[in-house]
Amino acid sequence: MKKQNTFIVAAAVTAAVIAAFWLLLAAPAYTGNAINMTQGVTSQSVLSYQLHMIILWICVVIGIIVFSAMFYSIVMHRKSKGHEAAQFTHSTKAEIVWTIIPIIILIVMAVPATTALVNMEVAPETEMTIKITGFQWRWKYQYVEDEIEFISSLDTGSNFARRLASGTDPSSVENYLLNVDKPLVLPANTKIKFLITADDVIHSWWVPALGWKRDAIPGFINEAWTEVMEPGTYRGQCAELCGKDHGFMPIVLNVLPKAEYQAWVNQQRQGMAHEQAEIERLWARDELMDLGQEVYAAQCATCHQADGQGLAPAFPALAGSPVANGPVDENIAVILHGREGTAMQAWGRMLSDSDIAAALTYTRNAFGNETGDVVQPQTIARIKNG
Amino acid sequence: MSIESHDIAHDDHHDHKPSGFLDRWLYTTNHKDIGTLYLVFSLLMFFIGGSMAMVIRAELFMPGLQLVEPEFFNQMTTMHALIMVFGAVMPAWVGFANWMIPMMIGAPDMALPRMNNWSFWILPFAFTMLLSTLFMDSGGPAAGWTLYPPLSLQGGQSFAFVVFAVHMMGISSIMGSINVIATILNMRAPGMTLLKMPLFVWTWLITAFLLIAVMPVLAGAVTMLLTDHFFGTSFFNAAGGGDPVMFQHIFWFFGHPEVYIMILPAFGVVSEIIPTFSRKPLFGYTAMVYATASIAFLSFIVWAHHMFTVGMPLTGELFFMYATMLIAVPTGVKVFNWVSTMWQGSMTFETPMLFAIGFVVLFTIGGLSGLMLAMAAADLQYHDTYFVVAHFHYVLVPGSVFALMAGAYYWLPKWTGHMYSEKWGKIHFWVSAISVNILFFPQHYLGLAGMPRRIPDYSTQFADFNMISSIGGFIFGASQLIFVGVIVHCVYKSRQVATGRVWEGAKGLEWTLSSPPPYHSFNTPPVIDSTTIAHVEEAH
Repeated sequence: MKKQNTFIVAAAVTAAVIAAFWLLLAAPAYTGNAINMTQGVTSQSVLSYQLHMIILWICVVIGIIVFSAMFYSIVMHRKSKGHEAAQFTHSTKAEIVWTIIPIIILIVMAVPATTALVNMEVAPETEMTIKITGFQWRWKYQYVEDEIEFISSLDTGSNFARRLASGTDPSSVENYLLNVDKPLVLPANTKIKFLITADDVIHSWWVPALGWKRDAIPGFINEAWTEVMEPGTYRGQCAELCGKDHGFMPIVLNVLPKAEYQAWVNQQRQGMAHEQAEIERLWARDELMDLGQEVYAAQCATCHQADGQGLAPAFPALAGSPVANGPVDENIAVILHGREGTAMQAWGRMLSDSDIAAALTYTRNAFGNETGDVVQPQTIARIKNG
Repeated sequence: MSIESHDIAHDDHHDHKPSGFLDRWLYTTNHKDIGTLYLVFSLLMFFIGGSMAMVIRAELFMPGLQLVEPEFFNQMTTMHALIMVFGAVMPAWVGFANWMIPMMIGAPDMALPRMNNWSFWILPFAFTMLLSTLFMDSGGPAAGWTLYPPLSLQGGQSFAFVVFAVHMMGISSIMGSINVIATILNMRAPGMTLLKMPLFVWTWLITAFLLIAVMPVLAGAVTMLLTDHFFGTSFFNAAGGGDPVMFQHIFWFFGHPEVYIMILPAFGVVSEIIPTFSRKPLFGYTAMVYATASIAFLSFIVWAHHMFTVGMPLTGELFFMYATMLIAVPTGVKVFNWVSTMWQGSMTFETPMLFAIGFVVLFTIGGLSGLMLAMAAADLQYHDTYFVVAHFHYVLVPGSVFALMAGAYYWLPKWTGHMYSEKWGKIHFWVSAISVNILFFPQHYLGLAGMPRRIPDYSTQFADFNMISSIGGFIFGASQLIFVGVIVHCVYKSRQVATGRVWEGAKGLEWTLSSPPPYHSFNTPPVIDSTTIAHVEEAH
């Protein structure tokens, strides 16, 4: 009897633990940590969510029925209670019933599953297009009609705190690992087409509030679309393993009302004109060193490390490196075009000429490197334009 | 030389084990010894792969990086999967096949004993080579066990070792499968018709066909990666006219049947254990055989459900969604049959039965979340999140691994001639069953809340459930030491002698032998008698 009691208690505890977990899942609000899929802010995310909830409840009901029958049997049909074993071996009728009923459930399920998928995937006429390119480990956004483009990387606060044994408590960093230097700004209530691709390895662009993710694959251009119903800030992450900093390439959407969005576009275009002027003027060495230090920390330090010592064997040191101390033209070529077969990327497509010039000036005069070179933005512009 | 002794006619009651250590283990062609080698090897791999999981869970215990660099973290996730899939679960099932199939069908040994020796002995070399990459300059593979290019091609020279190791594992699996098929089809005792075979034998027969069909596909895929990496080909390089998505199609054409390779023998073992401890024949034997075959067939036409986000045409997505949903039907039939087997039985709950019931409950939870993942529109959210991690760990850990443990406890007295400690077996079960849920259940929430898989660090909103999951992981990991303790005690210390039948309700040819069985069993085919075997052909 004692043995049997222990068993029932243990079984009850396990069942209670499992049941508690399932119930938590169904609870709409739980303070602190989200436990369910977001309903999101697009028609697609609502479809995903609704489909998720339907199939979840079907699974819960099936689970309860099957487990109830099983646990009833476990409690009632045990030898210790003196239950004699029946000797039936099969029932064709039962097999047919429990084949047909699941098929019917599946057919019923297939209807909303198909509708949701068709509605999500078939794009309506869109009003604007954004091209998204995944790089190791940042996103590049191009506004096709407005000719705005920029790179979006992990913000410096997270980037500092995330280093091994950094000594910074992640909870002291706002939106730790889910914040970027430049968010993707989009207008609300506008049908937007995304063209998604990658430059190096496969990434996956995912903002849960939009309701889908789409792989960014080198050599392919995938299409997706969205229409965000509510202005706000929405965060997501790369969802496909893309190398060492896969966990550190977040996505932030800043969705603005249409008028504010237009103001932002105008401001960006002015900024681009200003940037052009900046490229054409001659910079002082200190200006370049200051900007260079910022660019280095944001873009280069991930691999070459803050102290320029690199991370053997994949990421070479810049301190004392023959490239950073060698002929400046060769150094510029490496930065602009990258190095085939290594993680060194072609930065010419990603950073502005001023940023590249500043980073070069900085790396050739920091970490003990003493070339004394000052690389001007106009030099980079001239080399880039052939 | 002991070889001669094999040629002498045997008396079943005397062992003729080779005396020297090398003769006994290195040169052995005996199915029982090779089975033991496979099982010991897989247990070792289970702990190596498990210690990598401990590194992963320790790093994920809190937000921020405390223990390892991201690159090493990626090597751990990749190696953990490769070791667990190819080194722990698959060889363990081959170990069970070696030990049990000849004894279950009344054969004296496997059909191809020398090849049997070879298929085991290349495994330690394959895994030594795979593990050695962790100590090389360019490190171990870090692109995930799926080895997706172009990322996998960014690895250094050590990648060649990974590919060669995968080739060797594949050769081992294919040879093991040929052996299983040859044994089952040719060496059954007279009267042991196909539809009288124990379900474990059936599931392994089907598994072996799956292995032969898909291991060469994996070998082809990794060979193309090898030539892309080292010989300048462009199979998967878009810049050279190749197609990186094609790799995913090829990989998952192998990969989806592969997951059934790991679970079908588990279905078989559970279908042996539940009838024994319910003291009642397996319900719906024929339906079980057909369900297994249906699952195997469907496994070939659902692969792209792993790829709903790559940008497939809508019609492709719909096809793979419907095909995937269909898998629920034969899987449901199996679960219903197990429950019906228990129904009106006279159940007792020794450790094998506990693990088998744990299997049915927790595997079903994993199966249901699999049905959720089949919904392509919802999968666009679930894909590559911890929801997927939770799903496949539910079907693999309290699924396959619990079935392995159930089988180990079930046949351990038969193999060793001693009873294991029932008390410690039960403690092992309860600690494992509770901790495995603490480990994997919260991962459903993490995935739904938006945590991607394969990340070494996460946003603070995911902190609580990660900590709970890690605590469950540490308990689950530590509790497996109890398993080792129980086995060591049973083999070397236990004084409680096992009878031939071992379990009151056990039926089948293996239980007609002594415990432990003679080194060479069934040299004379046994007479098949409907009172000794578990499944009697149903009259129609």
